[in-house]
Amino acid sequence: MNEQQQSLEELQHIKQMMEKSSRFISLSGLSGVSAGTVAILGALLVWKMISDYTHTFGISYETLVTELIVIAITVVVLALASGFAFTYLRSKRNGVSIWGAATYRLVLNLAIPLVAAAFLLLRLMQLQYVGLVAPVCLLFYGLALVNASKYTLGEIRYLGYCELILAIINLWVPAHGLIFWATGFGLLHIIYGIIMWRKYERVTF
Amino acid sequence: MSNLIENLNKTFDSRVRLGIMSALMVNEEVNFNTLKELIEVTDGNLASHLKALEDMKFVAVHKGFIGRKTNTSYRITKTGEKAFKKHIEALEKIIKNIS
Repeated sequence: MNEQQQSLEELQHIKQMMEKSSRFISLSGLSGVSAGTVAILGALLVWKMISDYTHTFGISYETLVTELIVIAITVVVLALASGFAFTYLRSKRNGVSIWGAATYRLVLNLAIPLVAAAFLLLRLMQLQYVGLVAPVCLLFYGLALVNASKYTLGEIRYLGYCELILAIINLWVPAHGLIFWATGFGLLHIIYGIIMWRKYERVTF
Repeated sequence: MSNLIENLNKTFDSRVRLGIMSALMVNEEVNFNTLKELIEVTDGNLASHLKALEDMKFVAVHKGFIGRKTNTSYRITKTGEKAFKKHIEALEKIIKNIS
């Protein structure tokens, strides 16, 4: 009697198909690489500004913070835009529509922890807890990734874990936030992007 | 035992069809290319299985356009949903009965 085994396999297949079809699987590895590159360029710019600030007089703390916030927002916008572009190209190449219930769930579940983090970051800056800015960014981003991993390629969960580990170490060395930030948002994205690209997208001739 | 097997729907006697029905159970609408990528089959193979399900009135076809390209998407019908749920129940019964 093999019916039992066969039925079990069929049910597992059904479950797997249901799961896979409700995920957003067009996320391109190149999106990770481009977002990571933007993050590293942004971090270099910030590093230069801070070192200028400590070596020259006449720039007020408020001006510096305002400029840093402008850079931070620009970096986030550019990273999202370039990331979106590669994912859009991939879904177009595969003839898969990018907007659907799966995309909506992915974006929503990424956004919830990130929006909460934005308020915390705003408050930290107002209270001048600048050293906590980088670890809090990493911490909430890591949580957002783990949270969203159910709605896209599951491997993103491991990127989330790495961000969390970095964040926790960074909490105890707040003076080195920029390096941790550049590693978490730059280097890790690039490594993750390359791995994912090689695994799912590379065309072999 | 033979009773239990009779409860299985012969229409779903294929991995491709199981895949189509599973995807349509959890998504309101799925287009042809998404199904193709999900199930990993050729155009012709997928199209013939979709046609069979369509003939059984288990799925409904909607032909639209995205820009100038045609976009064919599929939905599950009430009949299809009922039949597929019954099929899953039958599978569960087979497993429970012997173990």
